[in-house]
Amino acid sequence: MTDEHDPPDQRDRPEQARDFGFDTRQLHAGQRPDPNTGARAVPIFQTTSYVFEDPESAAAYFNLQEYGNTYSRIMNPTVAVFEERVANLEGGCGAVAFASGIAAQAGALFTLLEPDDHVVSSSALYGGTVNQFKHMLRKMSIGLTWVDPDDPDAWRKAVRPNTKAFFGETIGNPAGNVLDIETLASVAHDHDLPLIVDNTFATPYLCRPIEWGADIVIHSATKFIGGHGTSIGGVVVEAGTFNWSNGRFPVVADPSSAYHGLQFHETFGTYGYLMKLRAETLRDLGAALAPFNAFLFLQGLETLSLRMQRHVDNAHAVAAFLESHELASNVAYPGLPNSAYRPLVEKYLPLGAGAVFSFDCAGGRTGGQELIRGLTLWSHLANVGDAKSLIIHPASTTHRQLNDAELEAAGVRPGTIRLSVGTESVGDLIWDLEQGFARVRQNAEHGLAGAT
Amino acid sequence: MTWLERYQDPLTIQRVLHGASTIAIVGLSSNELRASHFVGFYLQRHGYRVIPVNPRESDVLGATSYPSLTDVDVPVDIVNVFRAPDALPGIAREAVAIHADAMWCQFGVINEEGARIAEDGGVTVIMDRCLKVEHARYMGRMHWFGFNTQRITSVRTGVQ
Repeated sequence: MTDEHDPPDQRDRPEQARDFGFDTRQLHAGQRPDPNTGARAVPIFQTTSYVFEDPESAAAYFNLQEYGNTYSRIMNPTVAVFEERVANLEGGCGAVAFASGIAAQAGALFTLLEPDDHVVSSSALYGGTVNQFKHMLRKMSIGLTWVDPDDPDAWRKAVRPNTKAFFGETIGNPAGNVLDIETLASVAHDHDLPLIVDNTFATPYLCRPIEWGADIVIHSATKFIGGHGTSIGGVVVEAGTFNWSNGRFPVVADPSSAYHGLQFHETFGTYGYLMKLRAETLRDLGAALAPFNAFLFLQGLETLSLRMQRHVDNAHAVAAFLESHELASNVAYPGLPNSAYRPLVEKYLPLGAGAVFSFDCAGGRTGGQELIRGLTLWSHLANVGDAKSLIIHPASTTHRQLNDAELEAAGVRPGTIRLSVGTESVGDLIWDLEQGFARVRQNAEHGLAGAT
Repeated sequence: MTWLERYQDPLTIQRVLHGASTIAIVGLSSNELRASHFVGFYLQRHGYRVIPVNPRESDVLGATSYPSLTDVDVPVDIVNVFRAPDALPGIAREAVAIHADAMWCQFGVINEEGARIAEDGGVTVIMDRCLKVEHARYMGRMHWFGFNTQRITSVRTGVQ
């Protein structure tokens, strides 16, 4: 049949099914050469809105009867390349991008939550997530139970009739706990619940939670996905296999008052949750990813596997150095041979346990601060996952809002230092840490350390 | 390869999509919120002639509805099925009787006997796949909504 959108040459070039490798997909998934111009790079569609062909087409787009661009708060062709590429690398059925990882997390949860619902979450999380869950969910009248991520029974016991999701991080920030994804997915599914996993620290190169049963994967793309520290962004991927019509999620399955009675799961099946996430939650939260930031994340994704391999090699070397250093203790790199998480690392992270971890510097709070003062190559800032090596003192920055008990649950002590090991020449990273420890030692000798 | 995966081959899907012009939709509903209506509307928009087959409807999407496939008086390229799986053997026999090119069974419309009847009668079978999604994957704009099309190609063709 002929179709004005369907050039004749396409039928002469049928596409063979093939399981393309990760390195191929990080370069190609989600984008083909631009049919209008032939542009090989992803064009930046810096536009707020899109001209409709005719009133019927406009109506079809708004009714979701046809895949059509309407307004860049809801979809954008550059952002779509980024979404499809991440979905492809994670093995999901699709993805929706957001203006930040925190916004992605809010979007993923708000799509399936209503007031008086309940969430069970790992207690060992990024401080920003703890804030979001503790304060924002309370404002929405959502109940929350923190559980020890390493104790599957604690998750099981925390489930209530109104529970709607399990939430955890593949590699906890900054304590380095590794989530037993397959076991927790099984507990969640026993209760007809989805498991949501923040896979920011592992990236799809090191771990693909959907392959282990996770239903929704979230990323702060700001970190390793970008790798360049230029852009804030986030993304939600869904496996597409969760049964939202199991009776527990009328908010997804029933006719939606926010979309003229549409039943998202029945109408769109596999794609129902993501359609609702885009057409309602993103539309109403307004946290759309900018096309230029999506373009920059795509530049990052092209080299994800290459960077991650260097990140984990360097992290391993730095962790080994710290473990043998007399001024460092509690080196929480799950990739170390003596880590309690070793079996989980071998199962879920065989290519490496990420590049973000913490250790305790001798001398408590003062010791930690002196170490940072002594460095000249590591960057002292509040981010992780940059190609450049980063260092921070969580108790006075990222985890500052947490009380002592919450700090302890997150694995943070007064002298804890968090490292994000970059891709520099690893000898230079260790040389710089030696400079820092020399300063810690100098201060201790002057009797200034330990004054926390 | 499972028996079902035999009916999900991408090359077959592309050949059926490119070769069809008339699609009979068995179980097409006039309710705009039903999945069958979404698919019928979409296919019409993309230039296919859509023929409703549903004894409970008289007219859907501006086209006369036929009570059964054997009542349709024009050649049918694809029989697209939105019915319970156990209705499939009967529909397959009718698809063979009218010499349809393909029987395309939507998500969840899975019945091995129905597939075998159609195949033995020379009708290509596609099963547990959505006709709208596959059209949008290979010829349309599914990619615009961030869905994973699984397509990897450096050929300049189709729509962005």
